[in-house]
Amino acid sequence: MQVELDGHAAWVYTGGKPFDPSLPVVLFIHGASHDHSVWALQSRYLAHHGRAVLAVDLPGHGRSGGMPLPSIEALADWIARLLGAIGVERAMLVGHSMGSLVALECAARHPQRVSALALVSTAFPMRVSEELLTATRDDEPAAQAMVNLWSHSGLAQYPGNPGPGFWVARVNLRLMQRQRPGVMHVDFAACDAYSNGLAACARVSCPVLLVLGTRDAMTPPRAAKGLSAALSDVRVVEIEGAGHAIMAEQPDALLAALERFGA
Amino acid sequence: MTPPRHPGFDTLSLHAGQRPDPVTGARATPIFQTAAYVFQDTDQAASLFNMERAGHVYSRISNPTNAVLEERIAALDGGVGALATASGQAALHLAVSTLAGAGSHVLASRSLYGGSHNLLHHTMRRFGLDTSFVDPRDLDAWRAAIRPTTRLLFAETLGNPGLDVLDIPSVAQIAHEAGLPLLVDSTFTTPYLQRPLDFGADLVMHSATKFLGGHGVAIGGLLVDGGSFDWERSGRFPELTEPYVGFHGMDFQEESTVAAFLLRARREGLRDFGACMAPFTAFQLLQGIETLSLRMERHVANTREVVRFLSSHAAVESVNHPELPSHPDHALARTLLPKGCGAVFTFEIRGGRPAGRKFIESLRLFSHLANVGDAKSLVIHPATTTHFRLDDAALRVSGIGPGTLRLSVGLEDHADLIDDLAQALRASQKI
Repeated sequence: MQVELDGHAAWVYTGGKPFDPSLPVVLFIHGASHDHSVWALQSRYLAHHGRAVLAVDLPGHGRSGGMPLPSIEALADWIARLLGAIGVERAMLVGHSMGSLVALECAARHPQRVSALALVSTAFPMRVSEELLTATRDDEPAAQAMVNLWSHSGLAQYPGNPGPGFWVARVNLRLMQRQRPGVMHVDFAACDAYSNGLAACARVSCPVLLVLGTRDAMTPPRAAKGLSAALSDVRVVEIEGAGHAIMAEQPDALLAALERFGA
Repeated sequence: MTPPRHPGFDTLSLHAGQRPDPVTGARATPIFQTAAYVFQDTDQAASLFNMERAGHVYSRISNPTNAVLEERIAALDGGVGALATASGQAALHLAVSTLAGAGSHVLASRSLYGGSHNLLHHTMRRFGLDTSFVDPRDLDAWRAAIRPTTRLLFAETLGNPGLDVLDIPSVAQIAHEAGLPLLVDSTFTTPYLQRPLDFGADLVMHSATKFLGGHGVAIGGLLVDGGSFDWERSGRFPELTEPYVGFHGMDFQEESTVAAFLLRARREGLRDFGACMAPFTAFQLLQGIETLSLRMERHVANTREVVRFLSSHAAVESVNHPELPSHPDHALARTLLPKGCGAVFTFEIRGGRPAGRKFIESLRLFSHLANVGDAKSLVIHPATTTHFRLDDAALRVSGIGPGTLRLSVGLEDHADLIDDLAQALRASQKI
């Protein structure tokens, strides 16, 4: 569905069902240079299992208009405004990579809006090497190729996203290529600059789930230890063999972790 | 910064889409010879049917062995995924029927495999789909023939049998300017010699029966989606961008930003038309793909030896191969096909139809049959086989004469192939 927010169209996938605000709301936030479709399986499943699902396209991404927002804090506030615009009082936030920082910061800044957090493939700080950050600005194809290589654990996934017969590495690359020029640099710069992670953790009182892939080369489990130590109500699930693109590589394992957490 | 190195073509040929079986440890891809898959419970069953979970329901729609093949060819071609079909013809039909229906128009090269020509010119016309054919070298003709009802442009990387080299970047640009996708039949070249998606094509199909399988033992097709065509922006494909009542009201573009075409093709085309590949066939094709590079190198090397021999033979009027300076697409081939132009080509024998018949019947190593891309060398006379439905005028349009012979050069010792050709050419001139 599409809603007007800040003078632009904000596009939200509702899991293949009309949005029903009377149901518990789960809001999915994609990562850098992505859109809602990275959550296709998890969001569609939950929408057909008693949840009202909102899988957003962040500003300037996918079908949403406007410019990409330059900071995690700005994105967090945008999520809160989006919930308000749709008339949702509280939602569970599920974020991937950059989206996990947005979810965390949103819970810290707008605790009344957030009932629980699931942070997938997360880390703090989420530093980006100078070389990669420069490439996102000056040579997007090279940056996309690097990120795509580091996002996957190997040459085969069972059975992949959105299903058998899809080559998830190329799906991921094409999705990055589909974003508008400049989006990648804004996103990666926002991840790199975000410094409020531990302070945000201290302000978060809702339950938090960390879902980490043991073969994640972008946000390895050790890079999330600071977060788990700083959170008061946290559970950590490590998915054996998963790379950074957990939603595509091990969709069922991620869904099971989310369901056990109460999504 | 040294950029990270991506897995190379040969590594992908062996490993993409498959890892040792997690249950048995089997290194080779197991043949999952099963029609259906046990559901864990009713909820999982419903989730699989509704595409809330990724998995297998029924082997007409997907199969684990086929999925390895699909992911492997997608990795080699640079696509987001693929569909394995019963034959190359089934792959073409699946592509066309996913994007076009009654009242639609397909714009195709006139230099097509005879079977593809039949499908588009005769059979699909009966179902209300109109196809017009243009000289693949005539870019203005491509541009001029696009209609408001056009849904797809289609051509072969190397036209059959004249070996017209498709100017993929230019034809793709014409297609994209009109908001249309370009489908390319890559059967003769395989991703080893050319990756059409890298040059701007949007969809690729293969008769995997040929060089991909490589051994002439299995019939199969593959349809690869490049994932770069923006169906929504085009505005011509409500099949992909609006809810489909035939599949739970799914809007395929909404479901997958970059793989909407494949989702619809699998969930409608494979489901309803049912032209799926047998898992054993997928296994056989995978065995072929594992050695694709090695075989294609030898195919190309042997072909160059045979072309060199024929080009200087007194019984040969002409040789039609893009690597020869005399071929009209020689310069284009050097740009788009730098590794070689494959192993299928034609030549004109001196003496016309009788000499051609005598030549074919005198060959001992070359097999006279209707196929290409086998490890064994093959020969055929198009005017009496693949294109027999065309009259002489139509034959000429496709670049075929009564004495045209088509060779598919195999992997034998090239000296033995040349000896065989030499003795058959001698025999052909004694009538």
